[in-house]
Amino acid sequence: MAYLSIENIFASYKDDKPVLTGVGFSVEKGEIASLIGPSGSGKSTLLRVLVGLTKPKSGRVLLDGVPISYANKKALREARDRFAIVFQQYNLFQNMTALRNVTIAPIKVKKRNPQEVEKEAIVLLEKVGLGEKLNSYPDELSGGQQQRVAIARALALKPDILLLDEVTSALDPELINEVLDTIRLLAREGMTMVIVSHEMAFVREVSSKVVFMDEGKVVEIGNPKEILDHPKTARAREFMAKILRH
Amino acid sequence: MQFTIHFGQVVKYIPYLLGGAWLSFQIAFLAFCGGMVIGLAGAMAKTFGNRFLRGIVNAYVTFFTNTPQLVQIYFIFFGLPQFGLVLSPYEAVLVGMTINAGAYATEIQRAGFLSVHRSELEAAETVGMSLLQSVRYVILPHLAKVLYPPFSNLYIIMTLGTSMAAIFGVEELTGRSFNVNAMTFRSIEVFSITAGLYILVTIVASFVLLYLGQWLFRVKGKVF
Amino acid sequence: MWDSLLQEIPRFFTYYNGIFLLQAAWRTIALSAAGCVVGFAIGFFMAIIRITRERRLLAARVPSIGYVEFFRRVPFLVTLMFMFFTFQILKFQFSVFTVAMITVCLIASGFIAEIVRAGIESVHMTQWDAGEVLNFTLVQKLRLVIVPQAWKVILPPAFSFFISFIKDTALASQIGVIELTYAGKVFNNKGFSAILVFGTILIMYFVISYPLTRFGRWMESKLGVSKH
Repeated sequence: MAYLSIENIFASYKDDKPVLTGVGFSVEKGEIASLIGPSGSGKSTLLRVLVGLTKPKSGRVLLDGVPISYANKKALREARDRFAIVFQQYNLFQNMTALRNVTIAPIKVKKRNPQEVEKEAIVLLEKVGLGEKLNSYPDELSGGQQQRVAIARALALKPDILLLDEVTSALDPELINEVLDTIRLLAREGMTMVIVSHEMAFVREVSSKVVFMDEGKVVEIGNPKEILDHPKTARAREFMAKILRH
Repeated sequence: MQFTIHFGQVVKYIPYLLGGAWLSFQIAFLAFCGGMVIGLAGAMAKTFGNRFLRGIVNAYVTFFTNTPQLVQIYFIFFGLPQFGLVLSPYEAVLVGMTINAGAYATEIQRAGFLSVHRSELEAAETVGMSLLQSVRYVILPHLAKVLYPPFSNLYIIMTLGTSMAAIFGVEELTGRSFNVNAMTFRSIEVFSITAGLYILVTIVASFVLLYLGQWLFRVKGKVF
Repeated sequence: MWDSLLQEIPRFFTYYNGIFLLQAAWRTIALSAAGCVVGFAIGFFMAIIRITRERRLLAARVPSIGYVEFFRRVPFLVTLMFMFFTFQILKFQFSVFTVAMITVCLIASGFIAEIVRAGIESVHMTQWDAGEVLNFTLVQKLRLVIVPQAWKVILPPAFSFFISFIKDTALASQIGVIELTYAGKVFNNKGFSAILVFGTILIMYFVISYPLTRFGRWMESKLGVSKH
């Protein structure tokens, strides 16, 4: 049985425009699944559903066989104990240092012991290579550094699954690799992740499963070689042709 | 509680009040136009004038933006006669509001002038435009876009500002509401209807200004 | 004319008149300052209701918009008269100063609500999402993340409003509050030269307002370059 099982998710925007029309796939523990596809295909929305920012109209999400509910506030809080997300930009709280960004949720929300939390936070920030920048504010950090702090912050809550929503798309090219290195590190450690990305080389390198989405549906699933090199469906082929041209 | 609300008695005065609203509009419109003219002159003086001229305009703007319009009008109405210049209440209010508006308009226009970037003028030059053409096709449209929102805002503020004309006996909307109040003693009803009329008038003005701006200058915005 | 004016000056600027003027000035300042402080508290609350997406507060959104638009779109004088007569009819025995104070607080809250709303809206949406996925409550989001960032955007226009509000309080003179403008009318009625009287009142308003304007500009320049 799959670790994370997403089944037939339907979701709409506020104006009732459908965004996800029956999306489903599964992810094994320690596996990295990459979502690729054109803009507007619903990839980010699916991540938002998993973390409880967008309410699904129907469908199920199961983690380790247990259904995740998003029905009420309490359920949402529990869902967010299992899923952590890093956004494309504006992740960090601008008015707090890197360290504070990482420690604030465990202290204020989980009500854990501040000293313990701080020790763990320092370890995490060192892991992502920012041990020297504990007391820097986001506006003193580069985009890549900010994203790495955001990853550390997501890890501070010890999630079961890490969701990365186009985390390098807003970065200057020379800053992308430091973030990808961090993700590689987490992959080696066996973190289960669902990644939305346009970095095809990275997707090929690090994922064990690639899910191609278009217009709110899953069009094709396979391993990186299959999807990226030999896409079976016409839409996937169109998309890959466009992407790979430059 | 020994009172009752009787809108009926006051509702029949609504046409009378609307007549007052028309007068309010006239005052605001005239003062606004006058203020814009002063503002243009003032902004020109500050941008292109010599030290002395700039000093005078600065003093004018600083003084009139740091003192209340009501007291300015009191000064004009009660004080100018001592110089031999007697103005009717309507005239005093109009003059006062115009001079006051001129100070704010000067600031708005000056900020507008300053917002025209050198790079825009250079771009116009490099595509071969003459000075007149760059003014017409580059500077004026840019200025219009930048100046429209603050001027729209000033107009709405001035519309509400005409209310103090009532203090001098001018029978614009507020003035007439005082009259109706004195006649019917239905204060709550009178003033709530008057408030409603001001809200209506300013909302209509906001929408009109919004659509006018979108149509003429492609300025975006929203009312609520 | 100038001779008679010069002769009036010592008669006008007596010790008692001076005290009277200073007390009036004090009331002007008190009305503006208290109005803005209380107005800020109410306005802040109204702004939160307006922009929140919490389901519990949605019903309060329309009244909040109505409240804010009312006090922003009705002239000070009309609101003041409305309050004055309403309290009178309801037989509340408030002093004119109290009536003016209540009015001033309500009007200020309307304008400040819009300033606060703009400030809060200037904080990027993702900051709200980031707080949400970390399971912050609404209060935590506001207190720890949103307000500390919105503050810089709120303060300059709020202070600017405070300064312009000082001028608006001149209208409180119409219900008999003994603030600066009323003091002017008193002296004018007593027969002093209007130029002298209202000139003095204008200068007094200027003396209160201008330093604050300069301070406001200084503050803006400081906030512009500050780190978060």
